[in-house]
Amino acid sequence: MKTVWNNYRYLILRRMTQVGLLVLYFGANAWGWTLLQGNLSSSLILGVVPMSDPYAALQMLVAGAALAMDLLIGVAVVTVFYMLIGGRAFCSWVCPINMVTDAAALMREKLEVNRVQNGKVPVKRVTRYWVLGLGLVVSALMGVTAFEFVSPISMVHRGLVFGMGFGWAAIVVIFLFDLFVLKNGWCGHVCPLGGMYSLLGKFSLIRVHHDEAACTLCMKCKDVCPEVQVLHMIGKESIPVLSGECTNCARCIEVCDDDALEFSIRNLANNNNRGASDEISK
Amino acid sequence: MSKSSREPLSDRRKFILNMARGAGLATLGGFVWSAYVDEVTASTLLLRPPGALVEEDFLKTCIKCGLCVEACPFDTLVLAAPGDHKPVGTPFFTPRDVPCYMCEDIPCVPVCPTGALDEESVSKGGVLDIREMDMGLAVIDQESCIAFWGIQCDACYRACPILGEAITIEYAKNERTGKHAFMKPVVHGDVCTGCGMCELACVTEKASIFVLPREVSTGKAGAHYIKGWDKADDARVKDAKAINTKTRLSEQSAMDSLNDSGDLY
Repeated sequence: MKTVWNNYRYLILRRMTQVGLLVLYFGANAWGWTLLQGNLSSSLILGVVPMSDPYAALQMLVAGAALAMDLLIGVAVVTVFYMLIGGRAFCSWVCPINMVTDAAALMREKLEVNRVQNGKVPVKRVTRYWVLGLGLVVSALMGVTAFEFVSPISMVHRGLVFGMGFGWAAIVVIFLFDLFVLKNGWCGHVCPLGGMYSLLGKFSLIRVHHDEAACTLCMKCKDVCPEVQVLHMIGKESIPVLSGECTNCARCIEVCDDDALEFSIRNLANNNNRGASDEISK
Repeated sequence: MSKSSREPLSDRRKFILNMARGAGLATLGGFVWSAYVDEVTASTLLLRPPGALVEEDFLKTCIKCGLCVEACPFDTLVLAAPGDHKPVGTPFFTPRDVPCYMCEDIPCVPVCPTGALDEESVSKGGVLDIREMDMGLAVIDQESCIAFWGIQCDACYRACPILGEAITIEYAKNERTGKHAFMKPVVHGDVCTGCGMCELACVTEKASIFVLPREVSTGKAGAHYIKGWDKADDARVKDAKAINTKTRLSEQSAMDSLNDSGDLY
């Protein structure tokens, strides 16, 4: 039991957070709870503190909408929060799609899909920043919030809270894409929200730190990481994971048997000396 | 094998090709995305919550959070789900299922974080006033409305929350029987808020009175029609100047133009 907890403690905490937040949102609509109302696009804590999706607000801005004060405060709350704890913590601790893509990745591993797929990757990781920009261009040209009308994230989350309709199809599409087309395809390559939070996450204070001296080069961390490129320092240098693309999911910490990886508050002074080599990997 | 395919590409050529490829793929994706978004936002037969901006602005301002839906005590408002054939995630209501009960405190509007539901448009003198709301306009199908057949029914008139103002009953003699009266409902567009209570109350199999968005249910006479009997409307032409066009014919008198214009024979 102790090893289970040790090997899956963050995964269990993440699932509890993801499901717990869904239950709170669901309860707000179904039973009138006021702890957390709305959905991931925009919500209210205790009916007072607003939170709003910064990418949705950006689309509204370029589409030509007048931005209300509540919305701007909500965006500020979310932006500051994720800047501090790591932008893509949203992806691995909050977003409901994470459970879908994790399931697809697990199944991909079990079925050994990689062995029948040719090595050529159809989509690059940098694609998400292109989609991010393209979403803004389309929003500006069409005068609507372009990504909000196609986003499987809001479709699924809204569906779980307010009624699904054909929204389950979005889950199936992402699951099949990740399973048969590309490993970590949606979250690691395409999703513009992930791109947005990657940019915010560059300033995060909470980081995974690597202790090169303790590392035995077993590479379990690289096997389990959904954003392998951020772990380029494994076995080479004792530096923190500085890329904003790290989702702070902590799977690498759990699978490491050598205590060579651990969360810690980022040492800002150290970063300035060592972090220069670590740009967003493309 | 041709010569060009054997030689390695120069860095410059690679760079230019990659840029072109990126731009091309982005254009391709952009057009597909735009076409899709244009299609899915094209629906107009849709009743929005109180205080909603005009549809074009509403679509760019609504963040689809559902706070209005959660605030609605009657479960009138719902968010469009995929498969509803409505702009996905946006709030709407279907009066025949659940109409708007016109809450005096309008809980659905102030909770909107983006202003897609505009508090000012449902306020009068800085105070919320639900009668200022304008979600749609009730329309009557006179062919299926049994009151127009001569059967007495005032279900819509009785159900109207603005009783006797938004819908009135007009009396007319029933020539068929010679001794009965028609009691025809008439909707007054300047008062009707589009709440849909009448649509829910309508007794016919499919509602004969139903709410449509104003853009769909109203016509427009055009600025060149003046109500000469209405002083306020007539004032619009107070400073108007006549425009006289001169042609070869108009220089002559009326009689001349008829008989002497020369092109009649």
